[in-house]
Amino acid sequence: MDLSRPGGSPKALFPMPSPAFSYPEGSAAFPHRGLVGIAGLEPHEIMFLLDEAEQWVDLNRHAQKHRDLLSGLTIINAFFENSTRTLLSFEIAGKRLGADVVNMHAAQSSVKKGETLIDTATTLNAMRADAIVIRHASSGAVQLIGDKVDCPVLNAGDGQHEHPTQALLDALTIRNAKRAFSGLRVAICGDILHSRVARSNILCLSSLGAEIRVCAPPALMPAAIEAMNVEPFHDFDAAIAGADVVMMLRLQLERMQGQYIASPREYRHFYGLTLERLARAQPDALVMHPGPMNRGIEIDSNVADMVERSLITRQVEMGVAIRMACLDVLTRRGRGVEGWA
Amino acid sequence: MSVAAPLAITGGRLLLPDGSLVTGTLRCERGHIAALGADVTPQPGDVVHDAGGQIVAPGLVDMGVFAVDKPAFHYGGITRVALMPDQTPPLDVPSRVRYVALSGKPDFWVHPLAAATQGLAGEALAELGLMREAGARGIATGRRWIADSGMMMRIMQYAAMLDLVVFTHAEDAGLVGKAVATAGEMATRLGLPSAPSEAEALAIARDITLAEATGARLHLRKVTTARGLDLVRAAKDKGLKVTAGVSPAYFMLSDNALADYRSFMHLSPPLRSEDDRKAVIAAVKDGTIDTVVSGHDPRGSEDKRLPFADSAAGMAGAETLLALTLNLVRDEAIGLGRAFELLAANPARLLGADAGRLAVGAEADIAVIDPDRPWIVDSDQMAASAGNTPFDKQPVQGRVLALFKGGTRVGVKKKPA
Repeated sequence: MDLSRPGGSPKALFPMPSPAFSYPEGSAAFPHRGLVGIAGLEPHEIMFLLDEAEQWVDLNRHAQKHRDLLSGLTIINAFFENSTRTLLSFEIAGKRLGADVVNMHAAQSSVKKGETLIDTATTLNAMRADAIVIRHASSGAVQLIGDKVDCPVLNAGDGQHEHPTQALLDALTIRNAKRAFSGLRVAICGDILHSRVARSNILCLSSLGAEIRVCAPPALMPAAIEAMNVEPFHDFDAAIAGADVVMMLRLQLERMQGQYIASPREYRHFYGLTLERLARAQPDALVMHPGPMNRGIEIDSNVADMVERSLITRQVEMGVAIRMACLDVLTRRGRGVEGWA
Repeated sequence: MSVAAPLAITGGRLLLPDGSLVTGTLRCERGHIAALGADVTPQPGDVVHDAGGQIVAPGLVDMGVFAVDKPAFHYGGITRVALMPDQTPPLDVPSRVRYVALSGKPDFWVHPLAAATQGLAGEALAELGLMREAGARGIATGRRWIADSGMMMRIMQYAAMLDLVVFTHAEDAGLVGKAVATAGEMATRLGLPSAPSEAEALAIARDITLAEATGARLHLRKVTTARGLDLVRAAKDKGLKVTAGVSPAYFMLSDNALADYRSFMHLSPPLRSEDDRKAVIAAVKDGTIDTVVSGHDPRGSEDKRLPFADSAAGMAGAETLLALTLNLVRDEAIGLGRAFELLAANPARLLGADAGRLAVGAEADIAVIDPDRPWIVDSDQMAASAGNTPFDKQPVQGRVLALFKGGTRVGVKKKPA
């Protein structure tokens, strides 16, 4: 598998879109004001964002990574919950497109002084941001802010609800490795109950035609999850059998131990991705993890570091491209791009 | 207190305790109903109110409200309430109970519910006996369930001795944790912290067991699940002194209403499944439910303009209580007489108040209502101190045209134009 393809057009390498995913012209291709979640997106809208991201995958592989597309625009990354990777990824994405990117951390913000979320949103709005990227610990918080501001909002993770750019970058990573989603068997394993990554990936991948299995101990499996078009498993060996993609979730150890799991070693025993377990999946099965990993707990190092099977660093790479695409597409109306204004 | 002139309400259809409607006149003297029926006529010196052919019903008795929000209650035809002890500071000493008991008079009566434990913390008994002497009409655990079963048993032992009804909030604290929704597809899709609906049945089972063991009267403030209602039904069949209430949200809405994360839908207990909603209607029909209450809990924007899980639970329900309950009458689930049993007679009986029914000798708390008059709920224009209603912008039917407390007309606040 060679994904470096310097100078090559990704569309030439991967003949997308298939007829099912042809999308309308101009803003009709992505008519949404913001990106609050994968829920509510049509499959062709998801594919549109993936296709838009391909050019940025290319650009990011060059030494000169700068475009002036968003020059003069102000993007605020409002992170009410700690994050290193996602914040960095959004910051790099905005800067590579030439925007002025400002980061607001909860630790430094007036939220600590008792200001309500809506007052903070109103304040950010008054500063005339052109896009606001939001991470918040409460499900639904991004939508709440989105309703109060004039510019597009991008959800960088809200509580246990959604993390749409993670799902898009995962879809882009899978597409570039597997080409077709239809019939693809994806096993998502870990703390499904608390995971916004799992929810967004379930919505995204099932919308694109993949078959999804979710695997967790009963205490970490949400109620009625099968209503989201997935097959639930408690037995990881059964869930992983024949899978084309194995997606591991981060275990939030600090709040799990003694409450949801007995110990890291017992968790690893039943739900850790080991070489032996991976052998039950398809011979060319790929391994994914949204990071940061707990090596030796949900995933063994010798699995995470398999050059030919692990897509974990590629996910990070695709993340920047996806976020560039989202920032570009969502600011087109504000920038007066033809067909989008 | 000045003695009001006698009152005669003429030309109305009187809703009698047996559920029948009799066209006639109702006379009040010295704050009590003196006579009623087709053959009653106004006497010289009576203040005469012409009901204009509308229904003359008892004023509503609302149990387990969180605020003395008189304009909202009057708007909703509510003449007396049982106030939850969850006040600032809580009603856990006799002096506060005494103060609250007088706080609504003369045109509105507040029956305080004594905090079962000091500071409502669930850890140390409050002075239940002294609070009864100060005017408490019941004991309440507050917004939360008391997890310590030993403490709960001793509360019930005192309650049985004092013949005070114990109001409990039936949600097992361990299962609920920080949940703000009922476990199910909607909570899963929205990623909201949720608890299985069995949390209610677990709590009810324990409280019924303790009520049986101690002989205490138990009133479950809101029973909202099929499983919980089954337990209540079984307890009643067994002859236990167990009663149950519900508020209209639980027969009008299910957790599907959470879809937009609207914090006005954040209630306690949380909205349940569609199957549970239907079970509530069946229980209202078959008599398992004794009272329909507003749970009136006005919450301003500082409590509600927040992400769903961070917002305070509760709804301002006083103004919509009558109209929403009349939905069940229009749907022919219950008759008008049964509706007023749920809204007035049963709550009054539980509180030991001689009210809630049109009968000679009862207190003259009377509402003249047009059960069909349409109006639209508008959270921006409510009489309540806050507009946190899940029914915002919804058309409803049923309005109070005139309200009398102790035979004296009280002002029903007009909706601002």
